[in-house]
Amino acid sequence: MLNSKRHGKLAAVAVMAATALAITSCGSSDSATPSAGSTGSAAAAEPVTITVHTFGGGANFGYKKAVETWNAAHPNIQVKYQNLTDRFEDVYLPQLLQKLQAGSGTGDIVGIDEGAMGLMKARPQFFADLAPYGLDSRKSDFPAAKWDNGINKDGKLFALGTDIGGMGMCYRKDLLEKAGLPSERDEVTKLWPDWASFMETGKKFQAANPGKGAPKFLDGPNTLYNVVLSQEAPKNGNIAYFDTGNQLVIDKNPAIKTSFDTVKSYSEAGLTAKLASFTPEWNAAIKKGGFAVMGCPAWMLGVISGNAGDEGKGKWDVAGVPGGAGNWGGSYLAVPAQSKHPKEAAEVLNYLTGKEGHVMAFQEAQAFPSSLSGQQDPAVADMKNEFFSDAPTGKIFGDSVKDLLPVFLGEKHAQVKTAAEKVLEGMDKGSIPYGEAWTKFIEAGTKAAG
Amino acid sequence: MTLNVDAPAPARRPGPRRPSGHRSAGRGGSGFARFDLRATPYFLVSPYFLLFAIFGVFPLGYTLWVSLYDWELAGDKSFIGLDNYIALITDGSFWNAVVNTLGIFVISTIPQLILALVISNALNKRIRGRLFFRLGILLPLVTSVVAVAVVFTQLYGRDYGMINWFLGLFGVDAIEWQNQSWSAWLAISTMIDWRWTGYNAIILLAAMQTIPKDLYEAASLDGASPRRQFWQITVPMLRPTLVFVVFISTIGGLTLFTEPVMFEGNPTMAGGATGQYQTVAMFIVKEAFRDFDMGYASAAAWLLFALILIGTLINYSFTRRIGGKK
Repeated sequence: MLNSKRHGKLAAVAVMAATALAITSCGSSDSATPSAGSTGSAAAAEPVTITVHTFGGGANFGYKKAVETWNAAHPNIQVKYQNLTDRFEDVYLPQLLQKLQAGSGTGDIVGIDEGAMGLMKARPQFFADLAPYGLDSRKSDFPAAKWDNGINKDGKLFALGTDIGGMGMCYRKDLLEKAGLPSERDEVTKLWPDWASFMETGKKFQAANPGKGAPKFLDGPNTLYNVVLSQEAPKNGNIAYFDTGNQLVIDKNPAIKTSFDTVKSYSEAGLTAKLASFTPEWNAAIKKGGFAVMGCPAWMLGVISGNAGDEGKGKWDVAGVPGGAGNWGGSYLAVPAQSKHPKEAAEVLNYLTGKEGHVMAFQEAQAFPSSLSGQQDPAVADMKNEFFSDAPTGKIFGDSVKDLLPVFLGEKHAQVKTAAEKVLEGMDKGSIPYGEAWTKFIEAGTKAAG
Repeated sequence: MTLNVDAPAPARRPGPRRPSGHRSAGRGGSGFARFDLRATPYFLVSPYFLLFAIFGVFPLGYTLWVSLYDWELAGDKSFIGLDNYIALITDGSFWNAVVNTLGIFVISTIPQLILALVISNALNKRIRGRLFFRLGILLPLVTSVVAVAVVFTQLYGRDYGMINWFLGLFGVDAIEWQNQSWSAWLAISTMIDWRWTGYNAIILLAAMQTIPKDLYEAASLDGASPRRQFWQITVPMLRPTLVFVVFISTIGGLTLFTEPVMFEGNPTMAGGATGQYQTVAMFIVKEAFRDFDMGYASAAAWLLFALILIGTLINYSFTRRIGGKK
C-alpha cells in the first residue's frame, strides 16, 4: 500500500487516522452488550416471563432453588434468573445505567448493591413505584436501616432488601494455632473484645511469624477499613462520606478519620499483607494462607470458600468482631420502569425478598436475610457453615445486625469509596508515604465527588 | 505473501495504475458498459465506507457533541460549551495519563522495532529451519491479549510470581511491580513487546524480500561489508514499510488499554493507587463508566485523537528521514 506514490502516502495517513478514530470510539463504549431477555412477548393468556438480573461471584444472590420453587408453583409467571457478572461497581452498574438510559435491556427485576442505592434513589424516573402493588405493607418486616434505603427522593418505595452484611471475623485456625494463640471460636472472640486488644493479638501473631514470606495478621487495608467504618458511622450521625444534604463531608466526619487512622496504625505496625481486596493476589493469598484474619460480612464467606476451594475446608472459622455490631454491604431488588410486566415483577420481588426467598438464599449463598422474619426463621438462626468448621453463622451474623442503624449513603458514595480506598491501598503498599496519605485521601474523595 | 526468497524478486514498485485487461471492453461500448466501468469500483469499495460511516464517523461526531455537555450517564445533561476541554487541560490526572502512555510507548516501541529489524534480517538469511522460525516468531500474535496480560501479570506477581522468585535467587527483595511507575511501565512494555515484535518482524521481512538481490551483489563486488550493506541498502529500501510499522505502533501504543487494565487485576481503571500506569484510554473509560461523566470522557477521547494525529505526524517526519540522504 505504501509503496505507491506520494498521494498514496497521504491516503495512508488518512486511513491510519480513520483507524485511530475507530479504535478511540470503541474504547469509550466499553462492553455495552445489552443482554437478551426481559421482553416476554406475552399475549394476554400466555405465561409471562419475568427476568431477574443479578451480580456477584460464586452463588451470588442464591436464587437458584427459590426460582425453581416459584416456577413449579406458578405456571403463568415463569422466572428467568440470570447472573450477569461477578463485579458490581465496574461492570454491572455501568451496564445497568446504560440500559436504564437506553430504555431497554434491563431485567424485569434488577439487583442493586447498597453502595449504589444513593445513585438510584436520585433517579426515580427509571424505577416502578412498588406501593400500588401492595409492597409498602412489608415495612414492619424490615429493620428501618434496610427499609429506608428503598425509598427514593420522591418518597416512593422502589426497592426491597435482599441480604444484609452483618459482621464477623474470618480466621485461619491453623495459622493462629501455629502462632501459639487460641483457635477455638469462642476463645478467639474473647481475644479481641475491642480494637486495642485486636491490635495486641496482631502484634503477638506477627512476633511469632517473623521474616519474609511469613503470613501476616491481616489481608490489607480495605476489609479492616470497612469494618471500622461500619461501626463508626452510626456513632457520628449515621453518615459516611456524605451528609443527609448530599454534601461531601469526607474531611469533617470523625468516623472517616477514625477508620483511616485505624488502617494506618495497622499498616505502620506491619500487620497487613499489603493486599488490595478482590485482586488475583488477594485471591491467591486466601488460598495459600498469606494472612490469618479478615473482616467478614456474611457474603464474604461465599467469597472465601469460593477462592479457597475444597482444600480450605475446615481450615477457616468465624469469630465475633471487635467492637460488636456493624454492617457492610447487602443488596436490594427493584423493578425498572421499562419492565413490561411490573405487576408480575412486583409479585416475584415480594416473594424473593420475603421470608421464603430469604431463607433459601441464605442456605444457598450465605446471603444473610435482611427481613426480620427471615432472620428469626430457625433455618437461618440455627444454621451452621460446614466450610467454616461448622461455625454457627446464623447466630453470629444475627447478633451483629440486631441494633443496626441506617447509614445514609450519598449519590456518589460508590465513586468516592472506590477513590478513597485506592489511596488506602497505595499507602499500605508504600507508593504513598504515610505522612501524605490523609491529604491524598481527601483529595481523591473530593475529586470523585466533583 | 510468499516465504520463498529464492524466487525471482518481483518488480519493485508495482505500478498502481497498470492498464488492466478489462479496459478494452469499455472502449466504444454502450453507455451501460461505461457506467459499469466507472461505477463498479466505487460500488465494490462502498461496503467499507458505509460501515465506516456508521461505526466510525457517526460515533466520532456524536462524541464531539457529547463532549460539549455536562452529560451524566443516565442523569442530567446541560450544554457547557468548551468547559470540559478547559477543565481537561488543567487536570493533572489527565496529563499524568498522557505521560504514562507516552512513557510506556517509548520504552516498549523503540526496543521492539529495533529487535524486529534485527530478527527479520536474521530470518532473511539462509538458515536451517527457516520456515519454522518464521512461523514461530509470529505465534505470540495469535494469542489473546487478555491471556497474555493475565499470564504476564502472574509472572510479575509480588508474592507468588516467577520473576520475583528468580530475582530472589540473587538476593533481590520482592518487587511490587505495580507500585512504581518505572516497574509498572517496564512490566507492561514486556507484554506489548512479546506480542508485537514478531508481527513487525514479519512485515519487515516481507519488505526485505522485495529488495533486488543485484543491489547486494553489486555492493559485495565493491567490497561493502554485510553490516554496511544492512545500513546502506536494507534500511533505506525498507523506509516505506518502516513508516507503516511506526504508524501502527504509534496508534497501538497511544490507545494502550487491555494490558494495563489486566495488570491492575481490578478493573477500576485507576491504574494504581496514584495512577502510576493509568493510560489515556483507561482515563477515558474511568471517567465515562466509573464516574459516569460522559461529557468529560468524550472530551478526553477527542484530545487523545488529537494526540495520536500529532504523534503520528511527528513519527512520520522522523521516519522519512531514515537513510534518506539522497
